[in-house]
Amino acid sequence: MKSFAALLMRDVRLAVRVGGGALMGAMFFLIVVVMTPFAVGPNLRLLGLIGPAILWLGGELATLLALDRLFATDHEDGSLDLIRTGEIPLELAVAAKAVAHWLTTCLPLVVISPLLGLMLNVEARALGWVALTLLAGTPALTFIGLVGAALAVALRRGGLLLAILVLPLTIPVLIFGVAAANAAIAGPAPFGPPFTILCALSLASVVLGPVAAAAALRYAME
Amino acid sequence: MRLQAENVACSRGGREIFAGLSFSVHDGEALMVTGRNGAGKSSLLRTIVGLVRLTEGEIRLEGGRAEASVAEQSHFVGHDDAIKPALSVRENLVFWTRYLGGAADVIAALEAVELAPLAALPAAYLSAGQKRRLSLARLVAIKRPLWLLDEPTTALDSVAQQRFSVLMQAHLRDGGLIVAAAHGPAGLEKPRELRLGPP
Repeated sequence: MKSFAALLMRDVRLAVRVGGGALMGAMFFLIVVVMTPFAVGPNLRLLGLIGPAILWLGGELATLLALDRLFATDHEDGSLDLIRTGEIPLELAVAAKAVAHWLTTCLPLVVISPLLGLMLNVEARALGWVALTLLAGTPALTFIGLVGAALAVALRRGGLLLAILVLPLTIPVLIFGVAAANAAIAGPAPFGPPFTILCALSLASVVLGPVAAAAALRYAME
Repeated sequence: MRLQAENVACSRGGREIFAGLSFSVHDGEALMVTGRNGAGKSSLLRTIVGLVRLTEGEIRLEGGRAEASVAEQSHFVGHDDAIKPALSVRENLVFWTRYLGGAADVIAALEAVELAPLAALPAAYLSAGQKRRLSLARLVAIKRPLWLLDEPTTALDSVAQQRFSVLMQAHLRDGGLIVAAAHGPAGLEKPRELRLGPP
């Protein structure tokens, strides 16, 4: 547990230092959302309709943005070799890195999403619910993306491969995330079922993602 | 304690690197792995620590903690120093000591490699030799019986090599084991030699 905490703290610290990736995702998210009204025009009704979808798409892309370097930097400087000589299994070490990524990239995203929702004319009473769907769904994005990051570890242009590998796998998360957000805003479908499935997707990814990512890393590092 | 390798073979990328290799290293003993470039010195060290799978044979550490793997009882020093430029010298070492197993006197370890005055400096400003010394401070801070060193003295000046040689002798006197890949004597007194590849 101590090793897990040490690795988690180190990754958080690295992310908030100069050159780290924290807030980069949130900035990207901000830019995507701010540009959308310029692209679709100032039709408030239309913006309100597509608002949750834009928030979710932006959130998903922002999450992937910092993910491609998750293992690559540790691989390049030899840290990954040493991580494997630790007393915790590689699966747990990988999970620690994923949690750190979620804390530094996804959590800021969730926090600013109500503000950005306002820009997209999402109804004020639904802003909290939309943020809640992002809070429940982003762990799934991080832990599914983890597998792609592990596969891309030895590749130079891993980012592109990561997007191609991972984005299709996150479609269910996107569907149920947007469905839950829409239910919170407009109804009449209930919020519960899509939100519960979203939570289930996240929980399953948190369990399966590290196992798959560790297997991919072992293979990629041979 | 004894490191025992029996009939070990390893292939990487479809090419057989070595096969039918058997050796043992006892506590207090150093084994120097020599050979031409590409003979498989690094691959052998990586197979011992478990980073590369064996295609045949078995490697085990007898007389250590029964429940721990060879990797958990080894210090591996590869070509890269595993140092994050954004963290300070001290933070780098503190992280590895916490991650690799427990409390350690970090300052004493930094003193052993003459980096204590630079503890607060971001590691980005270290020279190649200083980075290597910071990497070696790990070996002092956390006690593990088996040291696997892949050309550990690269980038070290003669004074630092001398000091590291003293650290290695002390480790051997404490009953430690060292397997080092090197081209020169690497500061070990009369090590046994394992020659890989064609003579």
